[in-house]
Amino acid sequence: MSIELKNVTKAFGPVPAVNQVTFSVKEGELMALLGPSGGGKTTVLRMIAGLEMPTAGDIFIRGRRVNELPVQERNIGFVFQSYALFKNMTVAKNIAFGLKIKKWKRPDILSRVEELLKLFGLEGLEKRYPHQLSGGQRQRVAIARALAPKPSVLLLDEPFGAVDAKIRQELREWLVTLHHDLNVTTIFVTHDQEEAMEVSNRIVIFSRGNLEQIGTPREVYEQPANEFVARFIGVMNILDTVVSGGVARIGEMQFPAHDQPEGCLLRIGFRPYALQISTDLALFPYRAILRHSFFLGIMLRLELELPSGLILRSRMTKEDYAQLGLEDGRAISFQIRNYRVLTRESAGLPTEKELSYQLPPTIGEHI
Amino acid sequence: MASPIKTRLRAARNPSCRSTEESPVVKWLLISIALAFCLVFLLLPLLNVFAQAFAKGWRYYLESLCTPDAWAAIRLTLLVAAISVPVNVVFGVAASWAIAKFNFRGKSLLITLIDLPFSVSPVVAGLMFVVLFGLQGFFGKWLDEHNLKIIFAVPGIVLATVFITFPFVARELIPVMQATGAEQEQAALTLGANGWQTFWHVTLPSVKWGLLYGVILCTARAMGEFGAVSVVSGHITGQTDTMPLHVEKLYNEFNGPAAFAVASLLALLALLTLILKSLLEWKEARDLARAQQPAPPDSKAKPQMPARETTR
Repeated sequence: MSIELKNVTKAFGPVPAVNQVTFSVKEGELMALLGPSGGGKTTVLRMIAGLEMPTAGDIFIRGRRVNELPVQERNIGFVFQSYALFKNMTVAKNIAFGLKIKKWKRPDILSRVEELLKLFGLEGLEKRYPHQLSGGQRQRVAIARALAPKPSVLLLDEPFGAVDAKIRQELREWLVTLHHDLNVTTIFVTHDQEEAMEVSNRIVIFSRGNLEQIGTPREVYEQPANEFVARFIGVMNILDTVVSGGVARIGEMQFPAHDQPEGCLLRIGFRPYALQISTDLALFPYRAILRHSFFLGIMLRLELELPSGLILRSRMTKEDYAQLGLEDGRAISFQIRNYRVLTRESAGLPTEKELSYQLPPTIGEHI
Repeated sequence: MASPIKTRLRAARNPSCRSTEESPVVKWLLISIALAFCLVFLLLPLLNVFAQAFAKGWRYYLESLCTPDAWAAIRLTLLVAAISVPVNVVFGVAASWAIAKFNFRGKSLLITLIDLPFSVSPVVAGLMFVVLFGLQGFFGKWLDEHNLKIIFAVPGIVLATVFITFPFVARELIPVMQATGAEQEQAALTLGANGWQTFWHVTLPSVKWGLLYGVILCTARAMGEFGAVSVVSGHITGQTDTMPLHVEKLYNEFNGPAAFAVASLLALLALLTLILKSLLEWKEARDLARAQQPAPPDSKAKPQMPARETTR
């Protein structure tokens, strides 16, 4: 294990910003700390770096407890959201700073700086000052500076927050490539779920200081641990149903709920792609009107309005849409292929189970 | 016929004639009032200093500057500045560092205290030191027993000057340090630098112009201070007379040209300060403009790394 956090808590005043967080990062892993702003993810990153002290709990780097170790001795590379480049130093001096402090020999410093300039595509810019660089170049200098002293961990705070959308995409791909080539354990903070899904090996999801789930992008998407994760990662349709006679109902929708007590409120969620749509009104059990279709490139987002006024969101490829001959205002039939029962947000980690979908018995003959 | 079109044409030709601006008459009136005021109250007296100084010719001017008493006053003034400016630089840097980087109880009290010398009359400041260190003062007896002299001696003058020039460096540095923020320093820490290395390589270079500006103002005031120094010095000619005190003494002895000769030195110092200050401000503005201009286009938008498909 490269980094381990055990029951780490950080309180600013009475409210904990980070609450009893435990997770570990494997050697060479690319890990995302994901969550809405104010979720505590940056505080976790700063505690690993030693820029904040945990109120309680232990932090280990490569098996060594580092709680009392000052930031200078933790051998980490930290990239600030604003990059925090030294304004009064050139690119080359920025990169060489950590090496000079660590008393490297001059020829070694020169060759290391040379190597990093080349690796980061910064050749020819070594004599420039930070204010003479573009946003993307500044970020690369910041990462090169952090990596120069060969840290055991690279920590990045919102690395793509300060650049525009197009460069951001390039930088994401570049970070993955860089990580692949250098294989240094990397943790980055982001509030953008798409970014976390695309870049990282595993994701740690935070909300209000609590760790909600750890898993690969696929795990957190397909098996969200609770409603917060389900809502935060991707789009989910969420319905509040009431159980009566072993069936959870809302409007015309019904879900089997044999083991739930009568009258209990059940929250049910399903992804847009779980909806199967047909223009043959007799094919699927539920009816709806296609209210709007939004064109998103190769996918379309569809809004279905049920007779009861419920709105559901669905997704479909351009080809399927054309093949079905769909258009706004068209009446359709649909079914839900799979769904989950979600706990309430406050209920913490999961007790729910996935129910395999069965058609309600009254309309089962249609298929 | 003043048609609307004509009016609009005139407005287009004269860009200052907009609804949000005053009429040209008001504008020129205000400018000339300000100019006349500056001329009468600032420029004329300044020119008069030099005119009076040279009233009896070059020779007399040089002679009055070369008397032993004048020399002693000049030497003492330089000595006082040479002690009090470094003291206030150290204090100013420490105070502004503490105020800009940390949150602590009594922070606003400290800021108010730093401003105290600005709000207290210099004469009162001088009297405070007499009450503390004078023969009848709190420490007077103890000092007398140990044969230490503060009031009516050089240490008293230095103390009074340090008090008066206390705020200059700190006041200049606090906003600069607050604007720089703590992130560059934290970056230095993560790269292994200790506190002193961080201060020397990162903090100091980023506030150097503000610091220099504070030092210039501090020096000018340290050399020119009259009120507080006058109370504590005792006016012993050749021993505890600084330049401003020497000017007053010469003037009271009806030696106008000699008084103005020494005064002209102080005026020159003031002019030099103003020039240095303007130069620094100009340089700062240029640096700021350079830092804010859009970055040059990203010549290598794509890092030169093997492009790899990263689809998941």
